[in-house]
Parts: sequence; structure tokens; C-alpha cells
Amino acid sequence: MSFLSVRNLSVRLKKGPPLLRRVSLEVAAGEVRGLVGESGAGKSMIGKAVLGILPPSVEVTEGEIVLDGVDLLRLTLTERRRRIGAMAALIPQDPLTALNPSHRIGPQITDRLVDILGWTRADAAARARELLAEVQIPDPDRVLRSYPHELSGGMRQRILIASAFAAEPKLIVADEPTTALDVTVQKQILKLIAGMQARHGTALLFVTHDLGVVSKVCQRLSVLYAGMVVEDTSVADFFAAPRHAYSAALLAATPKYTDPSAGLNPVPEAVIAAVQAEVAAFDRGRAHG
Amino acid sequence: MAEAKPIDGRSLVRRRAGLRLWLSAGWLTLLCAVALFAPWIAPKDPLAQDLFLGRLPPFWVQGSESGYWLGTDSLGRDVLSRIIYGARLALIVALVAGSVTCVIGAMFGLLAGFLRGWVDMVISRLIDIWMAFPPVLFSILLIAVLGPGLWSIIIAIVVIDWTRFARVVRAEAMAQGAMDYVASARVAGRGRLGTMLREILPNVLPTIVVLLTLEMGIAVIVEAILSFVNLSISTDDPTWGGMIAEGRTSVHQAWWVLVFPLVTLFLTVLSFSQLGEGLKDRFDPVLR
Repeated sequence: MSFLSVRNLSVRLKKGPPLLRRVSLEVAAGEVRGLVGESGAGKSMIGKAVLGILPPSVEVTEGEIVLDGVDLLRLTLTERRRRIGAMAALIPQDPLTALNPSHRIGPQITDRLVDILGWTRADAAARARELLAEVQIPDPDRVLRSYPHELSGGMRQRILIASAFAAEPKLIVADEPTTALDVTVQKQILKLIAGMQARHGTALLFVTHDLGVVSKVCQRLSVLYAGMVVEDTSVADFFAAPRHAYSAALLAATPKYTDPSAGLNPVPEAVIAAVQAEVAAFDRGRAHG
Repeated sequence: MAEAKPIDGRSLVRRRAGLRLWLSAGWLTLLCAVALFAPWIAPKDPLAQDLFLGRLPPFWVQGSESGYWLGTDSLGRDVLSRIIYGARLALIVALVAGSVTCVIGAMFGLLAGFLRGWVDMVISRLIDIWMAFPPVLFSILLIAVLGPGLWSIIIAIVVIDWTRFARVVRAEAMAQGAMDYVASARVAGRGRLGTMLREILPNVLPTIVVLLTLEMGIAVIVEAILSFVNLSISTDDPTWGGMIAEGRTSVHQAWWVLVFPLVTLFLTVLSFSQLGEGLKDRFDPVLR
């Protein structure tokens, strides 16, 4: 059985337009699923819903988010927070705002283990040092005493990855973890996440708009358009032969760095019109049903 | 001539901030000491009148009397001693009213900015309504209802000025609340109160400190205004505002009765605001 299964999840702006349209997806234990789509397609929204951090301006109108056999949406706020805190973690997008500027790195990793999960200070400190070594940070003791602004973006992203794995979660949502980094650092960070994921056997929901990234780290893939899953497939099948016209166009639009003479291939308007018609048909069906 | 050293911009900023911090802290410390030990420091009894010694000029002007350093007012009371005793009221009001206003205002601002939703709606509307009252008239009205006295002044300042903190802290808490580190803390299982106090508050603190010192300066001014319109504590006790009000009527004959309390007031309010700026630079981990 899947460790995380999202079924028919619909989210909308409060009294506004829908943001997610009956999204379903499964992540098996230890599996990496990519969530791709253009900006505003609802990729991050799914991650936020799973982690219980949807902004107050949106509401869930239907569906289930089953994490290890329990539907999170049926729990009280406190129960949900506990369950998510014990099982899941987030690797956020922007390493520059994802560490609290007022606290040193050490306490930022250990406080949560101590305060929330009841570890002893010594255990937590040892764990933090071990994790920083695992994400290949030189001189972990100095880094643990540093403030975030004293470290580079790549360094901070490593710390965030370490921090996400600190409590051995079963599921990690990585929300475009490499978007804010420059290309050379991106590659190292991706390798690091993939390596950590494999070693720890953590299920990973990987939100990205970069298909190149998907091909490197994911096993399965959901393609989103306007809050609808248009394709749910294995990564191998997707790159071999995408089934949906929009997926195919998205794949074709990936720039080829090896051939500078090739121009950019935006998704053709006909494809966009077709997929928009699908969305409209879905909305009409909902209105009548 | 000494060799010109390359000056690193950051250290220059720090040195200037440091000077500002030390000058203002120095003045305020002096004032506190003087207020605390007023009976031993004041050369004369601030209430003692002597009509034969009325309107004596300060010591460097022809016709001054030794012992009356800054001259006397029209009733023959020593200006320096009255300023020294007036510092007591000014500082008590600054510290107590400033801190209480800060705690209450910051709390409302933090709640509104972090919790959003209906809490924010209620607090924001309250702030809007509050700010529509003209503050000076509002305080005079409050004192009229509460009756004059130290506590009335403090309550009036708190009641009027909490919005100053609430507005700024709300905006700041809102900005911090949108940061990824808050999302991470929530995912890790921190409750709302814990997130607010552990994650957001430390980042809003530098702003709060600056506002607090500004508010202390404002409290001194408000107390002076209320004394000026005779709504402060009993009219016998010396207050800077009261002295300014009295000095105003005789400014052509005895300018010193007006000018010395005014300068003291000015320096004090200025020191409070500069202290805040200086502390902000010290507190901010990014600037530190």
C-alpha cells in the first residue's frame, strides 16, 4: 500500500476559483514522485496540503490525504500537526528565507528534536553534527555556531536538507529545492538529495518545473495543468513516450543545452487550447454533477 | 602626517552608530542618576520660594547669585533644582508608560499579523478607529475623566499609543510569517503560540526595541504637554512641561526659565530615539 495517497483532492480560494481539481496521486514508501507543471499549476499547493500548511486564504473542498493509513483531513488541527511533525518534513524552496535569521544553525536543527520530539539535548546535538557531516559540510562545529547570514546559499540548502532528515521522516516534500540556486550548486544539491533519499529510504514528493531534474531523481511523475493531473506515469515511460499531448509539448519545450542553435520550443497554442478545454469540461461536469 | 588608512564602510557605520549609542546612553544614564539622587544633588529645595531672588539669571550673566546656577523663576525657585526633580516624573513616565504601551501594542500586533483571519480583522479595525481620535484631545479627555495624577498620565499614554506598536509589529509579523522558516517550523510540529514566540518574535524584536525607545521619548513629550496644559500631577511638583508653561509667560524678562527645561526635554527625547537606532544596529544579527 502507498505510504501517501492523495485522493480527489480539491482546493479553492475561499469563495473563489478552484486551485486543485480532484487531484489523486500515490507515493509508495521509499519512492520518489515528481510533480511538474508550469507556474500556478498547483504543484506547491499539493505539497502544502500534504504538510498541512495551506495558506489561510484557501480551503479544501473535498478529498482525502491519507498518510500511513490515516486521513489527515479528518484529524483535529493538533492531531494533524503531531502526525505530520512525526512523519514528514519539508525541504523549502528558498534557502535564504528558510532559516530563522535570529537563531544560530545548531539550535535551529536541535530545538525541534528536543522541544517537539522529546530528544535529549546531547542526542540532538550529536545528531546535528552527524547530519552536517552527512551533507558534506566541512567544519560542522563552526557551522552549528553560525548565524544563517554568515553562510552561502548552497551551504544553507545543505543545512535545510540535513534538518529535513533530522527526525528520520518517512516522507519529505521538496518544494523546488534547487530553483533558488545557481546551476553548478544545483547539481550537487540534487545528487545530495537523491543520495540521502536512497540511504534513508524516505519517500519523496519532489516539486519542480525542471524535467531534467525529474529524470535524474524521480521514479514516478505527475504532470499538472491548472490544478488537474493530466498524466501520472513512470519516469521511464514519460521520457520514452508521453501519453498526453500537453506532457509531450512540455517535454519538447525543454531547452537542449547541447545544441545552442536550436531555438526555444514553447508549448504550442493548440495544445494549450486543448488542455484548457479539458479543464473547462471538467468544471462544467462539476457544475452539473 | 599619519598615513591615510583605508576605511571599511561597515566599520565606519559601526563607529558612528557606536558614538550615537554612547552619547545618548550617557545622557540618559546621567539623567537617571540625577533623578535617583535628586535630594543629594539638587543645590536648592525645588519648592522654596524667595521673592527677593526672583528671576535671577544663570551664573555667567551679570547679576547672578552664587548657588543658583541656572537662575531662578519669577517666584525665586531654583531652575536647576526644578529640572532635576522634574526628571523624576519624566523618567518614571517614560519607563513605565513606554514599556506597558510596548508590551500591549506589540502583543496585539503580533497576534494580528501572525494569526491573520478574524483576529486581524478585529484588531485592524480597532486600530483604524483608534487612530481617528485626535491624540492630544483624547488624552486631555481621558485625564479629565480619570482625574490628574501620575497613573492617569501613564494610562492615557498607553491607551492612546498602543496602536503605534500594533500597526508596525503587525506588518512586520506578517512579513516574517510568509517566510519559509515559519512553514518549516509548522511542519516540524510547532504550535501556533510556539511559532509566534520562538520563530517570529525574535525577528520582530529589533523593531520593537526601536519603537520602545521612540515611545519613551514620546511619553516624555506627552507628559510635558499635559503638564503644560496643567493636567499632569499636582501643580506644586516641578515638571518640565509645567516649567515651560511658566517660562513662556516671562520669556522676555527671563528666557532661562523657558530655555533650560526645553533644552533638557529636547536632549532627552533625542537621546531616546538615537538610543533606539543605535540598539537596532547592535541587535540585528545581519548588521552585527
